[in-house]
Amino acid sequence: MTKMHPTPMLDQLEGGPWPSFVTGFKRLAEKNPMMVDLLGQLEHSYENRKGYWKGGTVSVYGYGGGVIPRFSEVAEKFPASAEFHTLRIMPPPGMHYDTNILRALCDIWDRHGSGLLALHGQSGDMMFQGCTSENVQKAFDEINELGFDMGGAGPSVRTSMSCVGAARCEHSCFSEAIAHRKVMNSFVDDLHRPALPYKFKFKFSGCPNDCVNSIQRADMAVIGTWRDDIQVDQDEVREFVRSKGRQYVMDNVVTRCPTNCISLREDDSLEIDNRNCVHCMHCINVMTKALSPGQDRGVSVLVGGKRTLKIGDLFGTVIVPFMKLEKEEDYDELIELAETIIDFWAENGLEHERCGEMIERIGFANFLEGIERDVDPAMIAQPRSNSYIRMDGWDDEADKWFQRQPDKAATA
Amino acid sequence: MATNMREAIESGVPDPFPYMHPLMRKNYGQWKWHERPRPGVLHHVSAGGDEIWTVRAGTQRQMDTGTIRELCRIADTFAEGHVRFTVRSNIEFMVSEEAKVGPLIEALSTGGFPIGGTGNSVSMIAHTQGFLHCDIPGTDASGVAKSLMDELYDEFVNERMPNRVRLSTSCCQINCGGQADISINIQHTKPPKINHDLVANICERPSVVARCPVAAIRPAVVNGKPSLEVDERKCVCCGACYPPCPPMQINDPEHSKLAIWVGGKNSNARTKPSFQKLVASGLPNNPPRWPEVAKTVKKILRCYQQDARDWERLGEWVERIGWQRFFELTELPFTRYHIDNWRGSSNTLNHSMHIRF
Repeated sequence: MTKMHPTPMLDQLEGGPWPSFVTGFKRLAEKNPMMVDLLGQLEHSYENRKGYWKGGTVSVYGYGGGVIPRFSEVAEKFPASAEFHTLRIMPPPGMHYDTNILRALCDIWDRHGSGLLALHGQSGDMMFQGCTSENVQKAFDEINELGFDMGGAGPSVRTSMSCVGAARCEHSCFSEAIAHRKVMNSFVDDLHRPALPYKFKFKFSGCPNDCVNSIQRADMAVIGTWRDDIQVDQDEVREFVRSKGRQYVMDNVVTRCPTNCISLREDDSLEIDNRNCVHCMHCINVMTKALSPGQDRGVSVLVGGKRTLKIGDLFGTVIVPFMKLEKEEDYDELIELAETIIDFWAENGLEHERCGEMIERIGFANFLEGIERDVDPAMIAQPRSNSYIRMDGWDDEADKWFQRQPDKAATA
Repeated sequence: MATNMREAIESGVPDPFPYMHPLMRKNYGQWKWHERPRPGVLHHVSAGGDEIWTVRAGTQRQMDTGTIRELCRIADTFAEGHVRFTVRSNIEFMVSEEAKVGPLIEALSTGGFPIGGTGNSVSMIAHTQGFLHCDIPGTDASGVAKSLMDELYDEFVNERMPNRVRLSTSCCQINCGGQADISINIQHTKPPKINHDLVANICERPSVVARCPVAAIRPAVVNGKPSLEVDERKCVCCGACYPPCPPMQINDPEHSKLAIWVGGKNSNARTKPSFQKLVASGLPNNPPRWPEVAKTVKKILRCYQQDARDWERLGEWVERIGWQRFFELTELPFTRYHIDNWRGSSNTLNHSMHIRF
């Protein structure tokens, strides 16, 4: 058995009330020399405040991505963890498991890997961390046989995330799990064989609370909303007012509405100006029993969110203010939209340029034209305030707007 | 060799329904309302009257199979064999009877898993890989998360913040940890140190030049070899050149510092989503417990807890009281570095007479 390295710094992370990863690593090290040396290298990093991993090329047969290769730069000191690759495996939407499947995955990982499993990584993958090059294929084959597939890495469609949604949340405005699965499984080729300008992430949140943070992190965010009236149970409203007091309701519901569309009537019922409701969710979050989203539910789609690299953080921008997501055709429409966007970006994006960065570079109106979608005031926070714009196409553009209006009325 | 290779079953995202708790499957899309009987416990009621209780517990995220097996044992003995994970690596156990909640909490607590992370608490930190697995880390991630959660334990198991508090950490300036109410990120302060002997063989020079957000990198011949040089007056020390060109070493044990950003919010509740803003920097990268970071985070949290109104997220609280007051209350220095100079930065200046005295 490999001798444990002294780890005085990591040992300090075994104390304290929060569960300690170090204790778990040590437990694995009792049986697995790879984890003995991994602990040694990690302590070495703590001492020198430097990382010692480099990338490389490791994948499984038929796929180009999904494995994060890690070769140690200090392998002469810590030979057993010289190769410490990660397999990114996609969990079920909502990250539901039963204990049988978790144990089966643990069995595979104890046989072929380090026994270290992160649930879950920031992209939403199960991360099987610590595998030799030789064992990557063996581990994947067995995991794959259980019905799990490789996630994304590199310039590809990445693993997606969705909230618990309809499985356990009354705020859910669409079937997150079904949309997540249908959309992602239409892009398995782009997921497994990286060939895009850079990463592309889908995320699915059931309501505007956006529990999976799609608006700041997804290239394409699908977020639940509704377009009819908030459902109000006035008896429950009165019960809420009775138990919490009028001042609480004034201070925490009425005055917190961002568009001032709620009033508390004399009889302790609520009046909501639904035409001006922006579906922020606040009142519904506070009064979970009395208020709920309307019945005409669907989604908004936002495009272009990402974190810092390269031009700074970007939010997603509304590209579809509302669409239903109930029938097969609705899902097909969403998938087609995603295909159109990814195709346009694959064609026009620069190397290592996220979709949102491309939109920023070419301009949102040009992007819309490129993917053949009409402009809509719901896509902007305000019209331009800078007069330096050539507008000799104004009459044609205005005509397009007016021509769209009857259609809109007819389908409404 | 290749003839023996197994073809992958390109099954994509697995079907969640077989793994879901049966009550969740049965009531999919039919839930009516919920309440939180105590921190860490959710009680959901469906339109048909079915009820489900959820107990949420914190985990270390990077788990050994022994820990996962122990969680499975608890799920089988004290719950109903089904679990799920939240995006912040908390585990949830679902049960169909209220009577099971107490013993389940007892079993989890005995196993060392804190119960909480619901409602107006400080939930588990969204974090990255750090020294454990990243090829470009400026610091660790699991260790930072562990040390901070030890310090913030009482705020995880209680719901006594004005609103929920989301934390993240990032071990380089790509900031994979994500936007959060409070975000702790590596901030490099010196330009990369270039090993000119290696650049030509390792780096694809045009793509490294293209990667720089401020066009500070240009091709050069150094000591007779093709290499790259950095205009150090332009360089913002972001480290974006380091991943495509490891000989441009950005990590520096001494000069890579930690910065704290506040006020990120992805929810649309009340105010529109917002990005986090810089409040503190220059904190030392000090493993294994990063005490200076913990002290600053706790100070900000205390001020927020004492001064914010119910339902105000951290960023909304600062919006209301103003940045002057924020720096006054937190006793953090306000510097020239807080003033943005990136594109669009004019919008971040005060173009008004709205000033607090």
